[in-house]
Amino acid sequence: MKNVKRIFIYVFLSLAAIVSIFPFLWMLVSITNKSVDVTQGRLLPGTHLIENMKTLFSTIDIVPALINSTIIAVITTVLTLLLASLAGYGFEIHRSRGKDIIFNILLLSMMIPFAAIMVPLYRMFGSISDTAPLIGIDSLGAVILPTATTAFFIFFFRQNTKMFPKDLVEAGRIDGLSELGVFFRIYMPTMKTTYAAAAIISFMNSWNNYLWPLVILQSPEKRTIPLLISNLGSSYSPDYGVIMSAIVIATLPTALVFFLMQKHFVAGMMGSVKG
Amino acid sequence: MSQQSTKKGEMDLPVRLRYKETKREKTGVYFKKKVGWLFIIISVIAITIFNFYPMVQAFLLSFQTGMGGNLEFTGLSNWQRLFGDPTFIAALTNTSIYLLIQVPLMIVLALFFSVLLNDPKLKFRGFFRIAIFLPCVTSLVAYSVIFKYLFGIDGIINIFLLNFGFIPESINFLADPVWAKVVIILAITWRWTGYNMIFYLAALQNVDKSIYEAARIDGANSIQQFFQITVPMLKPIILFTSITSTIGTLQIFDEIVNITNGGPGNATISISQYIYNLSFEYTPDFGYASTVSYVIVILVVILSIIQFRVAGEKK
Repeated sequence: MKNVKRIFIYVFLSLAAIVSIFPFLWMLVSITNKSVDVTQGRLLPGTHLIENMKTLFSTIDIVPALINSTIIAVITTVLTLLLASLAGYGFEIHRSRGKDIIFNILLLSMMIPFAAIMVPLYRMFGSISDTAPLIGIDSLGAVILPTATTAFFIFFFRQNTKMFPKDLVEAGRIDGLSELGVFFRIYMPTMKTTYAAAAIISFMNSWNNYLWPLVILQSPEKRTIPLLISNLGSSYSPDYGVIMSAIVIATLPTALVFFLMQKHFVAGMMGSVKG
Repeated sequence: MSQQSTKKGEMDLPVRLRYKETKREKTGVYFKKKVGWLFIIISVIAITIFNFYPMVQAFLLSFQTGMGGNLEFTGLSNWQRLFGDPTFIAALTNTSIYLLIQVPLMIVLALFFSVLLNDPKLKFRGFFRIAIFLPCVTSLVAYSVIFKYLFGIDGIINIFLLNFGFIPESINFLADPVWAKVVIILAITWRWTGYNMIFYLAALQNVDKSIYEAARIDGANSIQQFFQITVPMLKPIILFTSITSTIGTLQIFDEIVNITNGGPGNATISISQYIYNLSFEYTPDFGYASTVSYVIVILVVILSIIQFRVAGEKK
């Protein structure tokens, strides 16, 4: 009886693992095959990999899209880390009743569905397009600004700051550091792991963001990776090998981040519920 | 003498320091309060501009009608239009179906996986964990396109089913109103089950093993242990994941647009996609789009309150 149960558990988990992994395998096999072979269900590696990559880089603007996505993701991540850690630190270390109330109000913004504020945001950026084209409609700046400060990351940093030894703040003050000096010279180096975890989540969110760039970006040369893939995916005569190659390239950064920094990754997820 | 005086001097030093310190502290507290605001001010302003202000704007817009920039206040007409709008009703129904089937399915599956994978005697535990978590590294758009191809009329799923003789001819999954919804639910479940599982696995680390030991001695089988111990112990985290999943599914957009684009007809359209279409696909009707978007806001608030109540009652 116990053995039957064991076998059942292994069969069940193996099935789950196959279902989880299969789309990845299929994707990896498909980038080495011709489009025709993909539609015929070929599951063996082929010899068409270099051909697919050539077609991808010569016929599809994947390089500009990669550059756009990288610029947006890097700036968003840097801004997010800086602003959210400043705020999380401020709320926890310089705690006061007034700030606690504000903190709770900020948390409410986490419940706001993006679809609900997308139209007013679009109109807002539209109204400043003429005076400030760098952050107007169809600019990378407009993609970055609304996503760079989110209550989630402030909450995340505040939760983690609870573990930060307050004595260090006192020690820094006695050593004559200014309040900002304490933050930059003591807090930041001490909280490296928290920053790493936050950087991973922020980068992935930004890299994968679809709806807001879709709304605000219009010209093809400003397209980000998700917009490009979505576009390829909706074409009427898809070249499967090439599209799969684009998807693999787009997924590589996040997959690498995951495999290289698994611990930080999970720590980042957990940081959002701790406390 | 001299020794004594130095000793005195040494003893004086801390006192003087302490005196200075308290003085510093006093000014420090005052200084601290102001500087504390400096730390948070940028974020507070940014979140107000990019979250709360648009929220108020959307509310005001929901009472205005007109095309593009020519908007005027028309009272509750948008809200009345909602109830007679077949596309809105389709979007609301579809989103509710995704929510009611997908969220419970995923949470039960994730709980189940986490309990199985928490067993230290299980072989290949690390492999299973990574395998089930792997879908989380894909972007929503990328995996949606993959699922679209997997379930296409000449997709690999159809080829499998045909070859093994499960079906006589290919099923056009994405052109069938019911199958299309099934594919979307399967896709979301594939992407997010591992994500939720990680939360449960972490929470299970904190559950005292002796409780299970005691239960086993009392003769409780694994199913009883699951419902009597695991589920109650994980209640806070189950609440957290169900709220985040509910909020996420209510806003579902990327998958719908990239797998079915709302079709066939409006059989899979979601509320978010309808808002997008109203604002940017059809002739822009920002007023009505804002009204529809407030429906999501209201649903998020109501469902969160219900989930808190349900979780609170059983305590």
